[in-house]
Amino acid sequence: MISAFFIFNQKGEVLISRLYRTDLKRSIADVFRIQVISNSDVRSPIITLGSTSFFHVRVNNLYVVAVTKCNANAALVFEYCYRFNAIAKSYFGKVDEESVKNNFVLIYELIDEIIDFGYPQNSEIDTLKTYITTESVMSTNLAAEESSKITTQATGAISWRRGDVKYKKNEAFVDVVETVNLSMSAKGTVLRADVDGHILMRAYLSGTPECKFGLNDKLVIDKNERGIGDAVELDDCRFHQCVKLDEFDSTRTISFIPPDGEFELMKYRSTSNVKLPLRVIPTVNEIGTSQVSYIVTVKTNFGNKLSATNVVIRIPTPLNTTSVDSKVATGKAKYVPAENVVVWKIPRIQGGQEVSFSGTASLTSTTHRQVWARPPIDVDFQVLMFTASGLIVRFLKVFEKSGYNSIKWVRYLTKASGSYQIRF
Amino acid sequence: MASFRAPPRKGENFELSADLNSEYKDKRKDAIKRVIANMTVQKDVSGLFPDVLKNMQTDDLEQKKLVYLYLMNYAKTQPELVILAVNTFVKDTDDPNPLVRALAIRTMGCLRAEKIIDYLCDPLQKCLRDENPYVRKTAALCVAKLYDLKPELVIENGFLETLQDMVSDSNPMVVANTVAALGDIHAAATANGLPAEVFVITSTILNKLLVALNECSEWGRVVVLNALGRYETRDEQESEHICERVVPQFQHANASVVLSAIKVIMIHMRNVRSEALAKTLVRKMAPPLVTLLSNPPEVQWVALRDINLLLQKRPDILSSEMRVFFCKYNDPLYVKVEKLDIMVRLAGPNNVDALLSELKEYSSEVDVDFVRRSIKAIGQTAIKIDEAAERCVNVLMDLIGTRVSYVVQEGVVVMKDIFRKYPSTYEGVIPTLCANLDELDEPEAKASLIWIIGEYANKIDNADELLGIFVDTFTEESYPVQLQTLTAVVKLFLRKPDSSQGLVQRILNTATKDCDSPDVRDRAYIYWRLLSTDPGAAKAVILANRPPITLPRTTVSPALLEELLGEIPSLASVYHKPAETFIGRGRIGADSVSKGGVELTDDRATARKAIQTVAAGQQAENLLNFDDPASSNDEQPTGLAATTVLDSTPAAANLLSGTSSNPLDDLVSIFGNTGISAGAPPPPTPGQPTHLNVFGGMSFGAQPMSPAPPITPSVLQAVSPMPPTQSQQQPQQAAQDDLLGLF
Repeated sequence: MISAFFIFNQKGEVLISRLYRTDLKRSIADVFRIQVISNSDVRSPIITLGSTSFFHVRVNNLYVVAVTKCNANAALVFEYCYRFNAIAKSYFGKVDEESVKNNFVLIYELIDEIIDFGYPQNSEIDTLKTYITTESVMSTNLAAEESSKITTQATGAISWRRGDVKYKKNEAFVDVVETVNLSMSAKGTVLRADVDGHILMRAYLSGTPECKFGLNDKLVIDKNERGIGDAVELDDCRFHQCVKLDEFDSTRTISFIPPDGEFELMKYRSTSNVKLPLRVIPTVNEIGTSQVSYIVTVKTNFGNKLSATNVVIRIPTPLNTTSVDSKVATGKAKYVPAENVVVWKIPRIQGGQEVSFSGTASLTSTTHRQVWARPPIDVDFQVLMFTASGLIVRFLKVFEKSGYNSIKWVRYLTKASGSYQIRF
Repeated sequence: MASFRAPPRKGENFELSADLNSEYKDKRKDAIKRVIANMTVQKDVSGLFPDVLKNMQTDDLEQKKLVYLYLMNYAKTQPELVILAVNTFVKDTDDPNPLVRALAIRTMGCLRAEKIIDYLCDPLQKCLRDENPYVRKTAALCVAKLYDLKPELVIENGFLETLQDMVSDSNPMVVANTVAALGDIHAAATANGLPAEVFVITSTILNKLLVALNECSEWGRVVVLNALGRYETRDEQESEHICERVVPQFQHANASVVLSAIKVIMIHMRNVRSEALAKTLVRKMAPPLVTLLSNPPEVQWVALRDINLLLQKRPDILSSEMRVFFCKYNDPLYVKVEKLDIMVRLAGPNNVDALLSELKEYSSEVDVDFVRRSIKAIGQTAIKIDEAAERCVNVLMDLIGTRVSYVVQEGVVVMKDIFRKYPSTYEGVIPTLCANLDELDEPEAKASLIWIIGEYANKIDNADELLGIFVDTFTEESYPVQLQTLTAVVKLFLRKPDSSQGLVQRILNTATKDCDSPDVRDRAYIYWRLLSTDPGAAKAVILANRPPITLPRTTVSPALLEELLGEIPSLASVYHKPAETFIGRGRIGADSVSKGGVELTDDRATARKAIQTVAAGQQAENLLNFDDPASSNDEQPTGLAATTVLDSTPAAANLLSGTSSNPLDDLVSIFGNTGISAGAPPPPTPGQPTHLNVFGGMSFGAQPMSPAPPITPSVLQAVSPMPPTQSQQQPQQAAQDDLLGLF
């Protein structure tokens, strides 16, 4: 299993180093620095030298590295690295060199708690926060009782929830967030369109509530034999560990005892009938070797009560572009030479609207003419109260011994960031 | 706090020592933090051991943890002083606070000092039976730590039996850690050659595990699933039962749980005879596999490598899902390369158009390596799907039309493969290829074009002119090009004796007199003698039909594939090679750590040795299989082609693309180079069925990398530059080649 854990900065200095097993020496960190950090051409996230394997993940300017000396479970090691990032983020906000240096004591405490002898232990943020805190904990007799409770919870079957949660107002917020991945060919045919959905929940519920959750997906609807018309086909779904998987497997009901506070209840994927919120129609022509002309039209594809916000369209230009003359009626367009793109920002596009961009890029002549690779146009946006997959939350029922009433809120958001690509 | 990392002042340790002994609590704690900070940046603070130790007795949990962290680092260097800490540890294991108890037992296990180990057993005994599950789960792992340091103590104190009882614990996390500890001890025991009775999974334990699976944490599930994978079922019913219980885990959010569940299913499905159930299981596997692609790139990559293996076993799993493997523009290269390979695997007559337009798109991207692989993928598609070959050729011609140097060169190499698969079909493109003659500067591309010219010499009017260009510069070319030129000119002579008499004379002269490669000279002598004694025999040898090439479905041998599928998602399954090749020997115990710097080089040596053994094993297999296809080809006199026949034997194919090309990256990096260096031609990546193109290299002879030893083309060398260690095994192989070549 994991033999050592390191965090390096960009320069290869060790910020955190922890050996979990006896089969490695601390100097192994130097090997990583020489082989990976000072090597400009590393093309694999796992490097094996002799019998030592280095798994690394880059976060901001840091290398989070796990080292193993056995035939380790590669997926587990990477999942652990990413989990560490998530935990660190929730403890001290941003994970970068400065925050790691400032919180190194806390980090040592955390990584000792979440890994023992190379085996990951409890990594539930909510539970960890009950006994690893930024203030120092005094171990008096009073605390012993409390920590006894904590430890029982940390190891129990519902390790994610304390038993004594109390709220005056019992509320649950459900956010359905969908990320649309699109890749459209130059001819306008959809090569790939799918939706990565996340259902985030913020539960402020007292006691130990049992929740049942229902969506308009086909599997559930088929069972109930109603409303087949608007059923959504989900290709796959994955659940937070609080969801009873065996129950889902046999009866397709999503039932769970939620952690307190915010968590990701479910992830899903849908590929059929994806409603693309924005349609982008580019016309790009290379005029001789000195100019490229652009006309890019964006049409919204949803009702006029809704609107797309924070729309950012990145239109690539050839590498030898000197300047871009752009005209837009809505938003602002600016040529960013460092990234070789024209960034066109539109704060808001109403449903049913159409906006367009026209421009010309002038090119310098180059001695060595290289064919322009034409990277795709990339669009980022957000549309509130819209789901590209058509998914709707049907119900969320909360059952608790005390029988309190709870208020539930549902929000929908469809967005794209970096994966809504149109070739031209 | 940032000030803890301030540059060293003079006598910093002295200052720290003063602060550690300060009468103020805060000052002492601050000093401890500074000590830890120094320790992290590998400054020597071991001299402060007694001062730090004084601060161990405290109610402040954070401070306690820091002192423990210090102890874990320096206990080994100060064994006499550690004994002073024992009392506090033992006292802490009786603390009313379970967190303190667990912390003490966890830390004691990590102190690698002989003296303290003896004091560990009693508290451990107690903690294993603690009423608090948190303490129990920590103690369970502590047994594994103790075994790592001093196995006798574990056995003497009966800790193994205690662990075996603890599998039935009521707390799922305790069960998971117990299983982990037992598994760890089991692995260590087997590695040291002890009888593997440490952790035998009986059917009673099986039921406990299946119950715990649904209750424990995600990491615990992985541990339990690993144990389930090791269980040997008694009958089919039991296998089915396990599969049914494990399938729900496909829906877990953690990718390692999903992949481990897939492993368990793949293992136990072997015993499921009911076709319907097997089908359902495979069907249920597909969606989670696709979902894995929405993970971060590193996890994605692991999943893709495993999907590649799964497809070799069950090509039908994702048959309708090719589109999800389309590369995104911003995917990292390692993800893109894997996706390419999988796309070709999934290609069929119904989706080939989408694939081709996608591959064409990739061929205009910026990354040269990726572009080359995309073009290779087009060639592989053409060879895989007969109906699509023509469309593939058209796409290739479009690409060659761009006249981008590396695109043209790769295109030519790929066209040669297509000519091999479909002889005399696409002769119409030959003029276009020849028109790009000047663009070619890489040996492989040149050699490929020369091969094409030689093969179709009678259909190309100016073949003698074209070959003449290469004959003129013969001595300046690299050996593969020389070999290929030689063969092509002789072919031309056999097909058009009238016009090329002079040319063949000239090249045989140059090759035998002015050439410094023994391979080239030998070949030239053989041709010369053949031509002068029996032109008929020469024709039969040199113009013999080559066996057709096909795209292999697997890149590893079936036995290895089964083994690897049972190890998903371990490193072995990611590298597509058995664990022994990169894990030199069993884990290294505490004692060998002290050997210091020697360790690393030592490991490299063992790893190298391991790879050699594997390579040798493969070779033996190869030589055994060798007779088979060779004898079936006996009727057609295959002179030159003998080396290429090798390519079509399954063992050789396996050797080329699977096991032997894989250690390459590894080996190259072992020898201190970069894994894939920027300038040098990229070595074949694991899993890529590279031998398609390699065949070219093979018939063209030895690589420029190994000019010194007088060896005829041998399989291993043809793959790519090989470190010298491997060539020791080659003379044997080479001898075989020689015999066939002379035949």
